[in-house]
Amino acid sequence: MTAPMSNRTGRARRARVVEGVMKVVTGACVAMVIGAALFVLGKIIVAGLPGISLEFLFSKPGMGMRAGGIFPVIMGTLMLVTLTGVLVLPLGVMAGIYLSEYAPKNLMTRIVRLSIANMAGVPSIVYGLFGLAVFVLLMQIGKSLLASALTLTCLTLPVIITTTEEALRQIPADLRQAALALGATRWRAISKVVLPAAAPGIVTGSILGLSRAAGETAPILVTGAAFFLPKLPDSVTSQYMSLPYHLYVLATQVPNVPPEITWGTAFVLVVGVSIVSMFAAAWRSAQRKKVKW
Amino acid sequence: MTVTPTTKAGRHLGRATRRRAAEAVVRTLVYAAGLLSIVILAAIAIFLFVEARKAINEVGLGTMLTATSWFPTGTPKIFGFLPLIAGSLSVTAVALVVFVPIGIGSAIFISEFSAGWFKEAMKSVIEFMAAVPSVVYGFLGVAVLIPWVKATFNLTSGMTALTGGLVLGIMSLPTVISISEDALHAVPDALRQGSLALGNTRWQTVYKVVVPSASSGIFAGVMLGLGRAIGETMAVLMLTGNAAIIPTSVLESVRTMTGTIAAEMGEVVFGGLHYSVLFAVGLVLFGITFAINLAADLVLERQRKRWRR
Repeated sequence: MTAPMSNRTGRARRARVVEGVMKVVTGACVAMVIGAALFVLGKIIVAGLPGISLEFLFSKPGMGMRAGGIFPVIMGTLMLVTLTGVLVLPLGVMAGIYLSEYAPKNLMTRIVRLSIANMAGVPSIVYGLFGLAVFVLLMQIGKSLLASALTLTCLTLPVIITTTEEALRQIPADLRQAALALGATRWRAISKVVLPAAAPGIVTGSILGLSRAAGETAPILVTGAAFFLPKLPDSVTSQYMSLPYHLYVLATQVPNVPPEITWGTAFVLVVGVSIVSMFAAAWRSAQRKKVKW
Repeated sequence: MTVTPTTKAGRHLGRATRRRAAEAVVRTLVYAAGLLSIVILAAIAIFLFVEARKAINEVGLGTMLTATSWFPTGTPKIFGFLPLIAGSLSVTAVALVVFVPIGIGSAIFISEFSAGWFKEAMKSVIEFMAAVPSVVYGFLGVAVLIPWVKATFNLTSGMTALTGGLVLGIMSLPTVISISEDALHAVPDALRQGSLALGNTRWQTVYKVVVPSASSGIFAGVMLGLGRAIGETMAVLMLTGNAAIIPTSVLESVRTMTGTIAAEMGEVVFGGLHYSVLFAVGLVLFGITFAINLAADLVLERQRKRWRR
């Protein structure tokens, strides 16, 4: 009678010990993740902040990029991202509308969804090859802002589509039906009622997607980013300098760059990309909590 | 007097017809945009193949896939992909050792052992890690990890498969954690409560009930992390030293498929043989990642259907 009892309590105690151990082990995994994130953020801020000044942000690189600032580099990235946004938003939002509002439940739609998911996993350098073959060479746009923006459009498209579809799905069917019942056509119901309601979600999701595009290096490496340019690009067919490519160049291609210039460039890139996307994500989740349907 | 109503009706009719016409136009545009993803994906495959055709004709797919050395500019030129594939695999294997235990462990802790505020906070942390550009991870690796690897293992150079793999592992964590956590989160609470009611501890519930139920989603997360690691370019280009030799240990320098394309595309003659061979490398890379992603997507879709209520 006592033996099985103590056996059972022994097993229960062991189970509780194992549980405690596993909580510590999995907790340690999370701690490592947080540690890695904090290390990345901390190192970039501590080493990069001293190099940041108005002069650094608003002057041109000099002395073979070993002095001066990164103004044309920042402007190049802003131009590239803006052009990408102009190209990708109409396409991505329309495709998102298709999936959420028009797509029938059939094999074709499943294939569309699979190819969107698959596009998101195509390596960025492969997009670079595609852009080089099609936009730079076949269409004869040449290595330029436009060729890179078109390449990044392909790369960002799945993100914009997914984010639009998700935002549209949050809008309850009542709103659509009310509009249709008042005699609106399908498109008027979508454009006047559903889209405005879903706009915050679409906008923040798109900012997230575009900020990721701003950090891409491999696709622009082969489609138009320039090692060094003395002036800003004057048209969409000019080459341009860009933050991620500039960081790559400073870190691996140019010897004896003062560390504050390299770290400063990394600081501007990380702060620009990640802070924008973190705020966008936070704003989106706040927006979701605020609007209750 | 009678004219006014008819014109009003006429105007009304006109507006309705116009709207219906607009509806048709919009519908066509929206459908076209919906099909765009298939078109782009197919175009990528087709153009990689078209540009690689010269290499396939002149070098031969069999030779490229079995030759054991890569001398693209030597005489004779040798275009063997094996050193590049071995390079990619060795880096990815190291990444796998990092992101599988840490990623799944973290997902379990976040989903099963932590409070709501902590989950929200971790979302921001993971969002941040995913948002940091790969070139920044590469740069941090150059600044911090290369000297560390060199000193720790007493090497002449810190640029090794290990260095690239460690950074790739960290870079893949956000993908693995968020997808695994989603899978764990999707397991219905009734299953957890049933297990706890039978006297299981929280951990016994996790490993006997929750994790097996979410296993296909976790598997998909690992696959997507793997795809991301194989396709990653800048970090490996900056960290692995790019020696095109089949490695015998992870402490040697390797050259990956992605790194090869990025490093050599700037120096080739457009339309030449070397250019075409680089597209063939891209085609192999595309094929590998396509298969991995497709498998992961199909598994995820099945999982979604399973818990749909």
